[in-house]
This record gives sequence, structure tokens and C-alpha cells, in this order.
Amino acid sequence: MAIKLPIYMDNHATTPVDPRVVDAMLPYFSEKFGNAASRNHEFGWKAEEAVENARAQIARLVNATPKEIVFTSGATESTNLAIKGVAEMYREKGNHIITQVTEHKATLDTCKRLEKYGYEVTYLSVEKDGRINLDDLRRAITPKTILISIMYANNEIGVVQPIAEIGKIAKEKGVFFHSDGVQAVGKIPVDVQKDGIDLLSISGHKIYGPKGVGALYVRRKNPRVQLSAIIDGGGHERGMRSGTLNVPGIVGLGKACEICMNEMAQEGEKLRRMRERLKDSIMSRLDETFINGSMTHRLPHNINISFAFVEGESLLMGINDIAVSSGSACTSATLEPSYVLKALGVGEDLAHTSIRFGLGRFNSDEEVDYVADRVVDTVTRLRELSPLYEMAKEGVDVSKMKWQVASDSH
Amino acid sequence: MAYSDKVIEHYNHPRNVGSLDKKDPNVGTGLVGAPECGDVMKLQMKVNPETRVIEEAKFKTFGCGSAIASSSLATEWVKGKTVEEALSIKNTDIVRELSLPPVKIHCSVLAEDAIKAALSDWKKKQGEAESKPAEPATAN
Repeated sequence: MAIKLPIYMDNHATTPVDPRVVDAMLPYFSEKFGNAASRNHEFGWKAEEAVENARAQIARLVNATPKEIVFTSGATESTNLAIKGVAEMYREKGNHIITQVTEHKATLDTCKRLEKYGYEVTYLSVEKDGRINLDDLRRAITPKTILISIMYANNEIGVVQPIAEIGKIAKEKGVFFHSDGVQAVGKIPVDVQKDGIDLLSISGHKIYGPKGVGALYVRRKNPRVQLSAIIDGGGHERGMRSGTLNVPGIVGLGKACEICMNEMAQEGEKLRRMRERLKDSIMSRLDETFINGSMTHRLPHNINISFAFVEGESLLMGINDIAVSSGSACTSATLEPSYVLKALGVGEDLAHTSIRFGLGRFNSDEEVDYVADRVVDTVTRLRELSPLYEMAKEGVDVSKMKWQVASDSH
Repeated sequence: MAYSDKVIEHYNHPRNVGSLDKKDPNVGTGLVGAPECGDVMKLQMKVNPETRVIEEAKFKTFGCGSAIASSSLATEWVKGKTVEEALSIKNTDIVRELSLPPVKIHCSVLAEDAIKAALSDWKKKQGEAESKPAEPATAN
């Protein structure tokens, strides 16, 4: 099979919409365009039926009931609604929230905003493997704690947190548990009952659905979670999220969940095998490469590797027919290397050299082999250019050097 | 981010990659930047002590494409120049030649620093007085 370039291997950022999802969505643009809130005519009924069908498809994937699914514009909104909604609704009960340092910015920045309004937030650190320490969590809970927000799986390193254990602790202590499920839902089994999750953020475009649509699971019993809305208006979604429903998007999200439900087990195995092939092919041919994050508790389609002595952006430039991403400062808007890798204790020097590979439904073994070859060739070429690699080969411990930093280089 | 054609050209075909014998009294070595910052440049020049002309220049760089291009260009420019001419190269000349965007200006600054550090090392080896000390990085 001929390989088509460029190759997309950045499926933690976004995924292509599955053609089956596109087919399901198309009728809802022009033909069945009704407003799901129109109660008095056929157009509205058709739209409502489609929305309720999607609600059931999503609920099934995470073992919830349809009434517990609230549609949003995406997981960032879901996470904002979960955290701010609980914070406002349960302000009388307490003002303390627990999260952790490698969360997505949607969670961290929401918590930071709440701190400005008088809430207290504990940011748990993570172990070297990227997971939180459960004893730290237990110790952090106070009578004022109203919410624990810990992501299911990390977007950079794919590390899966001990979710069921966290759910159990939350339940014991009578604290709500929100999880950002963006990277995990549809990729690995997520079960809000078994996992003890009270609120779960879901995104459409990470699971081969469309962008601009997401959902929030909100538990209705044992315990019932109430939320203050953050968007006011027509009282849609039982008052939790006003605004006319994005019917085509919702249909797409539903269909995407249905496909994941049916194919996740098989697809997960395929991706795990491809991931191992990629990792082994690269790491068996290059020295001084390091995996970031746990290999045991990890999404099947993720690998994050630091290539010592090769700066990440220059590596991306050398493999410009392949779409992956880097934890290098040069690739971020802030010029800071990845805060996730820093939290694991990865030195800044190695954080600059990291590459995240996110395999997906439409990648092939041929693509994996091509990517591995290109990475190995480019790293080899750039190491010939690297003064650090030369020094390391001469036996100099680069990490113990005293460096002369240009006055205004940073 | 889009790179300029000249940056891509230098990245794909870097000039004068390599190392010179740092113990040679006629070779000056400059090592600037830091791994934590994502940029380290090593620039070496072999200078004829009679004519003060830079006869050879080699570099190795850990850094983004713009850092690699800046140091590659620096080696091209210093070759054949006298020490004094090379010291007059400004980072802004590099920015202009490579059309570096504002976020990449530090790469050109580092290249200018590397030229100065290498020539300062050469002068020290030649027993010349230093106008401003610029120690190359050393192992602890």
C-alpha cells in the first residue's frame, strides 16, 4: 500500500471525522434542520428525536442514563460547567477544590479563576510515572472540600490515573468527583458506575466526531449532583446549559460514541500493537531515548519519547511530512517547555527534546514504519549536529556543566 | 509556524558542521546557551595569527531550525574575514538575512555571542588582552 503524505499522528490534538459520522450528520443540516426545542411541529420533533437518540448513544458508552448527559460546545465548556457549576451550587458547603498539576488548562485555568473568587484549590503533584499519590489525595481532603477534579488520562503522556480508587475515596468522604475524560472516553472502557465518577467531560472531536460539540455527564442519583448554569438563556438541557442545541454536531457525537462502543476493544488492541511497533522500532535503533510517563497505566495509542541532545522543534522540522507534537518550548506559545513533563520531574533539557505520538483509527502499519524510519534518520542527523551529543560521547556530563546563557536570549 | 526559505535551506544543508581541535593554539572555541533553554551553540574558528584572518570555521548546534540556521550562517560569514571584521557582525544582520520572526531573535543573539566567545578564546590563547571577559562554558 502506498503511503499518502503527510501522515497524521497527532490524534490527541484532534481526530478526523469518521465518514460514518459524517453520513449520520448530513441530513441534519438542510433536510432535518429543525430546532430541537420546537415542540409544535414535525421539524422540531425530528430534531428532538435525533438529539435523544444521541444522548442514549453517549450514555451507553460510559454506562450512564440518557438524562444524565448534558450537551455543550466541547469539553472545555463541559469542564468549566462541572467545576464552576459545583463551586457555585455548593458554596455554602465549602470552598475547597482538589485537582492536580498535569491537568489540561481547561481545568487548571478554571480553578485559577475560582481562586480569584475566594475558593481554595489544592494542586496535587504527581509521581515520576505521572499518577497522583492516593495518600496525598486523602490527606488533602478537608471538611470544606466540595470537588475533586482529576483527569482520566493525560493528553501529553497518555497516563491513566487511578480513577476507580479516586472515585471510592470521593464517595467515602462525600465529595463530588469530576473527571476530564476527553482522552479516555471511546479509547478505553470508562464506566461512571464502576469508576465512581459524578461528572465526566466528553469531547466530540477527539473520538472521530465533529469539533464544537461535547457533553458533560452529571450524576442524577447516589449522589445527585446539581449545577449552577454558567450560560443563561432559554433553559435548555434542564436549565444546565441554555442555547439552541447543535443538532448535527450532537448527532455526530452520538454516532461517534456508538462506533467507539462497538469497536473500542478491537481498535484498542490494534493501536496498542502499532504503538509498540513504533516504540520498539525507534528505541531499538537509537540510544539515549526515554519514555515519559508510565507504560503500565497508559492509553494504548500514546507514546511520548525524549530524544536526548536533539531539540524538539528542530526534530519536527526534519520530519515535516509527519504531524506529531513536541514538548519543546519553541513549539509553545509561552516559550516554556511542557509543564506536564516538568511535573514528572523530567529536566527542562529533556523536556525540550520530547515528541508525542498519538496513533489513531486511520493509521496503518506502513505509516508506523515510515514514521519510525524518518524519526531515526532525523535524530541521527541532528545528533551529528549536536554539541551536546558530542560532549556526551566524550564522557562529559552535560547536566553538570556551567552554562553561559546569552544575556537576552530568554 | 512557517520558516523562511533561507532557514530551511541552512537546516537541510548546514554549512561547516563539525569540530576543530580545541587544543590547537590557533583555534578559538565558543560554547554558548544552555540545554534547559533549548539552545546550545558551539562555534570554532581557526585563525591565522600572522594575518588575523579566519581560515576555518565549524559549528555544532542543539536548538531549533532557526538556531541551526543562525550558526550555519555565522560560520559562512566569518570565514575569510579578519578577527576584527568578524567581531563587527551583529545579530540584526543575521535576523535580516534569515528573515527571523521576533520569537526567534534570541537565536541570532546566541550566534553573535558564539562568534564573540570563540574569538575571545582565541585572543586569550594568543596572549592578547581581553576587552571583556567571555569564558566558554567549562565542566565543573
